[in-house]
Amino acid sequence: MEFIRLIGRVFINFFEAAGRLGIFTLKVIYSCLTPPFYFKQLFSQFLEVGFYSLPVVALTTTFAGMVIALQTYTGFARVSAEGAVSMVVWIAVTRELAPVMAGLMVAGRIGASMAAELGTMRVTEQIDALTTLSTDPFKYLISPRVIAGLLMLPILVLIGDVLGICGGYLIGVYKLDFNATSYLVNTWNFMKPIDVISGLVKAGVFGFIIALMGCYNGFYSKGGAQGVGTATTNAVVSSSILILVFNYIITEIFFRT
Amino acid sequence: MFSFLKKSTKKTIPNGHVPKIKMTGVYKTFGEKNVLNGVDLEIKKGESLVIIGGSGTGKSVTLKCILGLLSPDKGSIKIDGEDVLNMSPHERERINKQIGMLFQGAALFDSMSVWENVAFGLLQGQKMRKKAARAIAIEKLAQVGLTEDVADMYPADLSGGMKKRVGLARAIATNPEIIFFDEPTTGLDPIMSDVINDLIVSCVKKLGATALTITHDMASARKIADRIAMLYEGKIIWIGTVKEIEKTTNPYVRQFIAGSATGPIHISAKE
Ligand SMILES: Nc1ncnc2c1ncn2[C@@H]1O[C@H](COP(=O)(O)OP(=O)(O)O)[C@@H](O)[C@H]1O
Ligand SMILES: [Mg+2]
Repeated sequence: MEFIRLIGRVFINFFEAAGRLGIFTLKVIYSCLTPPFYFKQLFSQFLEVGFYSLPVVALTTTFAGMVIALQTYTGFARVSAEGAVSMVVWIAVTRELAPVMAGLMVAGRIGASMAAELGTMRVTEQIDALTTLSTDPFKYLISPRVIAGLLMLPILVLIGDVLGICGGYLIGVYKLDFNATSYLVNTWNFMKPIDVISGLVKAGVFGFIIALMGCYNGFYSKGGAQGVGTATTNAVVSSSILILVFNYIITEIFFRT
Repeated sequence: MFSFLKKSTKKTIPNGHVPKIKMTGVYKTFGEKNVLNGVDLEIKKGESLVIIGGSGTGKSVTLKCILGLLSPDKGSIKIDGEDVLNMSPHERERINKQIGMLFQGAALFDSMSVWENVAFGLLQGQKMRKKAARAIAIEKLAQVGLTEDVADMYPADLSGGMKKRVGLARAIATNPEIIFFDEPTTGLDPIMSDVINDLIVSCVKKLGATALTITHDMASARKIADRIAMLYEGKIIWIGTVKEIEKTTNPYVRQFIAGSATGPIHISAKE
């Protein structure tokens, strides 16, 4: 009897949380699309999400490109298919590695800082103060962050694509002794726009998820410093999980045969 | 005969019949906890009302319900005779434009300098130019006893008393008709408390505003209030003038103003 009640409670809590997140999402979308727009806030978020995330994204995608070249080479050598390295690097980086790596890195960096900042503003009543000063916190705080996530992540991923391919190229040519021209020609002949496009769509969705979960957890945090800590953890964990889930779903949508 | 013509100007005439703020039967529950159990309260235009009550009795919740930061489960709240609970967000914003609020912890935006904090309502709400807004901000800072060199500091660099002053300057920056003070003296030393009390009295008088203060500091209440109301177990159990509260025989009020642990009010260990 206790057990059934427990299951019931878990279910109710789950649907309550899902409903709350759903309503929050709709409110966020609505306030992103309706004036007033706070361009100064938006610009500073572009800087925060886009520009300052560049180093970590650049570093991780470059190394990801390098390691995939190395792994493919040693792996494919078993079936004497080393020639496929350039293509595998292309596919892996544009479709998967750049978006997922960038997404997870930005989730750790930006999702956490959004949750911490909004959480602190919540527990120190700064969000209430905004409302009393006739400023909608959804429009002033959340919309700029979500729009920045949505637009900046694809740009980061595009840069990550280039760097990842370069990383693979460097390993291929200087370590694995491929002929430079034929490596490039191989890549060139093989590449299709859909690979990059699917990666950028993923990036946009991931950016939205990161900002949404960061803001959601921060906005509804309570209970002082500890609450802010919990919000930060939840923001990073939930956005990372959602990124991996949506990564699968979007791949399925794009490449189902 | 033509009295109906005057109807449209009614709001600007000091009118004893329409209270500035009127709460009727307001209930608010969090989970299983009944915080407000039918609060009835009338605040007249231009008066300064103080709500006293112990910690956690729902004083801040009452304020937040009036401000629209929380929505009550039941009851009605009227400002200038207009029902504010069933308003569109747009109308609500219009009402909030005439309300200023000093938060318990001042709630200054720590990403902004002091003057930008004070001028926030002018810059964002009224779309005022930067230069004009800064001038007003500095004037309001002077009014709360802060000099111009504070204007470019950041909230993190201020002491508790200074933060309260900046919060007060921000609350009065847009010349609101109603000002709320949430525990203005909590956490300050007695002398600074008195300074803040004096500032509140002078600022409210200067604006001719209606003021609602919540506090558990009796010295502060005596100084600020025209009338005092006591909140206990989610209801207003007593209301009267400062003179009347000294003479009241209500045992709850007596215990509270005496600050005594013995009496009808029991603080359970759970709280
Ligand atoms: N947003 C909220 N969610 C849940 N409980 C709340 C919330 N706000 C206030 N409470 C509860 O309501 C009670 C009254 O709080 P409050 O009005 O802040 O007290 P005070 O009279 O000290 O200002 C407290 O017990 C608090 O735990
Ligand atoms: Mg309080």
